[in-house]
Amino acid sequence: MEKARAFTLAGRMLKNLFREPATTQYPFALADYPERMRGHVRIEINDCISCGLCMRSCPSDAIAVDRKAGTWTIERFDCVQCGSCVSVCPKKCLFMEKGYTEPDSVKKSETFTKLQTE
Amino acid sequence: MAKRSIVPFGPQHPVLPEPVHLDLVLEDETVVGAVPSIGYVHRGLESLVKKRDFKQYVYIAERICGICSCGHGLGYCMAVENVMGIEVPDRARYLRVIWVEMSRIHSHLLWLGLLADALGFESLFMESWRIREKILDMFDETTGGRIIHSVNKVGGVQKDMDSSMLRHLLETIKDIEREMKPLVDTFLQDYTVQSRLKGTGILKKDDAILLGAVGPMLRASGVEYDTRLLGYGAYKDLSVEPIVSGDGDSYGRCEVRLKELFQSFDLIREAIGKIPEGDIQTPVKGNPSGEYFMRIEQPRGEAIYYVKGNGTKFLDRFRLRTPTTSNIPPLVETLKGCQLADVPVLILTIDPCISCTER
Amino acid sequence: MEYENDIREINARQFFPAIVKMRTEKWRLVQICATTVEGGFEMSYSFCKGYDMRTYRFVAYGDEEVASITQIYPCAFLQENEAKELFGVNITHIKPDYKDKLYRIDVETPFKEKE
Repeated sequence: MEKARAFTLAGRMLKNLFREPATTQYPFALADYPERMRGHVRIEINDCISCGLCMRSCPSDAIAVDRKAGTWTIERFDCVQCGSCVSVCPKKCLFMEKGYTEPDSVKKSETFTKLQTE
Repeated sequence: MAKRSIVPFGPQHPVLPEPVHLDLVLEDETVVGAVPSIGYVHRGLESLVKKRDFKQYVYIAERICGICSCGHGLGYCMAVENVMGIEVPDRARYLRVIWVEMSRIHSHLLWLGLLADALGFESLFMESWRIREKILDMFDETTGGRIIHSVNKVGGVQKDMDSSMLRHLLETIKDIEREMKPLVDTFLQDYTVQSRLKGTGILKKDDAILLGAVGPMLRASGVEYDTRLLGYGAYKDLSVEPIVSGDGDSYGRCEVRLKELFQSFDLIREAIGKIPEGDIQTPVKGNPSGEYFMRIEQPRGEAIYYVKGNGTKFLDRFRLRTPTTSNIPPLVETLKGCQLADVPVLILTIDPCISCTER
Repeated sequence: MEYENDIREINARQFFPAIVKMRTEKWRLVQICATTVEGGFEMSYSFCKGYDMRTYRFVAYGDEEVASITQIYPCAFLQENEAKELFGVNITHIKPDYKDKLYRIDVETPFKEKE
């Protein structure tokens, strides 16, 4: 029994000596995110019809849609990455992308404006 | 008679991540009484139900707590589905069970790690949490979130698991099960662990029922009660046996949770073997009107979701009675007569989740 | 497998005997829920025995006194204190009564319907 334990320990020690570290060398090696990851919301603004369904479905009131100005504004810091807006969007112009939102020192929002096509 | 003194305990304590405060009445080193108090993280999420429509509230329900997130979403959805009389597709029922059992595995592994940490067994703690990481990665792959899954919705689930994901899940579980074996031996056989757990905090069977203990706490006292046997979700097609231990001490609670881990592995395997093809959601029309008490088995015990709808899209009342609410009175009972040094471990054995409790 | 899950309406006078009966029949107290209704509060007390669940319900109007059941079910104190603090239900003789100090919040009875 004791012998077996000594061998397990020795084996593990040798392995740990030569094995690559379990952690990645961030920021030189970037983390690998799975396909379905809910990281941040992206909009294809030119497909947007400013219907406002996303704004009404957002549980944290992070989205503001202005139909007249053709803008779509998101408070990145209020967004909880639930994917509610993505699933209600009738034009399917919202996407849940992988990768986290950027950190910042102030709370700010991001506005997208539609290209005027007339 | 020894002099009595009162020692304030918590909400900040080195071994306890939960904001619970106890006023311990001591005679020398022995605890003779305890007054629990909570209230540091009250957010009033129950009343938010009047301001968000019932489909939106799913996202809030699952953000009540980080560890029981999947169960809270599920419990709320099933309560609303029962009010509205919605039949959920079979595949969705199975997927829900798979995710909920996965969250049971991750919650129990978290608890085992915390227990080892409270005992001062650092390497056991690291090992438990290292294994837990695998199930979190699996959540990340299947739902898109490690902790908050956002997969449940009223009428079904949002995402499907394809066959390659299910296969990967099976492999992961096999992996975890293999790695769990030495861990189980350490938790149940090691004398350092035993000397801290055996015979401490005994809760008798009658007391457990009278004081309303739930979950592993109740089952460790020898009561065969597991809400999964109500047959919600796909549990009616699966073989669930309540896992019981007779001693009612901290060791018994640890044993019950360890065995439940292996039960969850088996349940996931069984569910993956039986999962039917088909739709994953049904369309929801109209608004809920009526009320329902839904009971589900969370990793920490039975949780109750009460929903009352008035025919509009805003619900009248949502109430969540979390397992910890029920487990605090038995905790106070088990604390009587224990040593001051055992208090952190005893609080931990109920698997407290105060943030859930305060909502 | 169908288990009982019903709600029984009672009046305030039948309430206490009903709770005592549950205790003697060894039902387990599972939850206490207060809901605001027109002119008062709807109090629901749920009990479980085995897998059956039964809920007793009555309406307390205005400031009507509701006797605490902590004498019968000592574990009710947390949930009764909660109902008292959040909704302002006038529950008397809770043991121990936290006197509005269970939740450390600034607002008094935040869930009570404001006129």
